[in-house]
Amino acid sequence: MAVDLSPIDEGLLEQIANIHGMPKGAFNIRKDGQLVQRSSSANIEISTKTDHPGIDIHIAPGTRGETVFIPVIVTQAGLKDVVYNTFYIGEDCDVTIVAGCGIHNESHQASEHDGIHTFYCGKNSRVRYVEKHYGEGSGTGERILNPVTNVIMEENAHCEMEMVQLRGVSSTVRDTNAELGAGAKLILTEKLLTHDKQTATSNMKVELKGDDSSVQVISRSVAQDDSVQIFNPLVIGEAACRGHVQCDAIIMGHAKVTAIPGIEAASEDAQLVHEAAIGKIAGDQIVKLMTLGLSEEEAEQEILEDFLN
Amino acid sequence: MLELRNLTFEVPVSEGAQETKRIIDDLSLTIPDDRFTVITGPNGGGKSTLAKLIMGIEQPTSGQILFNGEDITSRSIAERANLGIGYGFQQPARFKGMKVKKLLDIAAGKKLPMLACNEYLAKVGLCSASYLTREVDKSLSGGEVKRIEIATILARDPQLAIYDEPEAGIDLWSFDRLTETFRDIHEARDGRSIVIISHQERIIQLADEIILLRDGKIAATGTPEELLPTLGFVAKGVPGCQLTEPTELHLTEIATTC
Repeated sequence: MAVDLSPIDEGLLEQIANIHGMPKGAFNIRKDGQLVQRSSSANIEISTKTDHPGIDIHIAPGTRGETVFIPVIVTQAGLKDVVYNTFYIGEDCDVTIVAGCGIHNESHQASEHDGIHTFYCGKNSRVRYVEKHYGEGSGTGERILNPVTNVIMEENAHCEMEMVQLRGVSSTVRDTNAELGAGAKLILTEKLLTHDKQTATSNMKVELKGDDSSVQVISRSVAQDDSVQIFNPLVIGEAACRGHVQCDAIIMGHAKVTAIPGIEAASEDAQLVHEAAIGKIAGDQIVKLMTLGLSEEEAEQEILEDFLN
Repeated sequence: MLELRNLTFEVPVSEGAQETKRIIDDLSLTIPDDRFTVITGPNGGGKSTLAKLIMGIEQPTSGQILFNGEDITSRSIAERANLGIGYGFQQPARFKGMKVKKLLDIAAGKKLPMLACNEYLAKVGLCSASYLTREVDKSLSGGEVKRIEIATILARDPQLAIYDEPEAGIDLWSFDRLTETFRDIHEARDGRSIVIISHQERIIQLADEIILLRDGKIAATGTPEELLPTLGFVAKGVPGCQLTEPTELHLTEIATTC
């Protein structure tokens, strides 16, 4: 083991990847820019990149029912960690990938992690990707996460991506890009909660290149206090495809939310729809829960939890 | 027992205006335990306002509300709920992301066993297996949300349950099932009182006492035998009962219309 894990590290890992101790199967745990521990399995090989910092994850064709964990934690102030992780998922796979980054910053210096993840999803493969971002610590130093996610899907690949930013991330710029081949299907769910003076920008570009490809973009966010969020999802239909973009935001306090869902069709058989809604918690929801015995604060908390979960 | 003493509720005639309009006018009323009361009367007569005053959603301009002898006039909604008052909304709220099961759990104040959930939903004519994991959002029809709303009150099982037009938006077949449920609760005679705001003869017939509310005042009270002939009803329910299945939603399919 290159680096030992402290109770703070273990707490962060639990928050972002729901793991206790070392997971089973294939995993790669990174802390403050260094490898903590890595394990490959018979079907999943994790190796260090030679050109950039980061790892290559090769998943053999036909791998089914396996989970790969690649969480990152940052506890060192003043660190800017940039990492490139590339997944090569073979044909006919059915796998789950759990990523995420937790930052614990007690100082006045910024901590930053930029994860550049690229997924090559082979024909007929099914991938479930879960990524959680979380920040904590009493310091004034910024906790910055700027993830880039690229997804290249071959014929009939199926991918569900759930990207969640729970709390405590001062600033984030998220870039998500996807290219879908014929029959490929992508469900992209993004859940964000910002508070205090945090800022979050999410840019998405999904190109539907093959016939019968489809994408569903679901964005749910809560902006509290003085935080600012900008959503900029764009779906481009270049074939007989279907795309649906849905942005829902709850706004509270003095927060500001901008939602600019975009659709662009370059084929007469492309069926694209977008919808966006921003609003405060409906008064009738709070009153209903109060008639069930909850206080106003409890009702608000319950509504937000359900909205994001 | 619920006691309303000289309850008055006034609102400004228009926003910011000094002049007020009296919605509830010096109303006094006692609802004993084990009583099935139906409040009926013309639209705008103050029925829903009265129910909201009892639940604490609106505050009276003057007067007192006593529940089991305790003055609850200045108590909050949640406090009244925890004292044993329940309220089924005429137009229920929808919750994005909240599952029917979760709402029932919150109503009951505990995690409910599946069997109990099945029972509550069956009582309002819904097939439990198909609904428990559904979200209480716009994917449900008005009638479905309304029946789930009523199920939350059944799960909460308050000492005093107020239902604001439970029949509104519900098809006649489910309505039949609902009237049976109200009758069963009432026949149990276990100290619980039901107050239903309704225009439906089928519900009015179940009542121990009918209160006719007009212009914020009690215009008449009496048993169904006494008052029904004067109300001039023609509406009848349709016999028979069936459980409704939800419209199949293919969640992985992408909607092309919004």
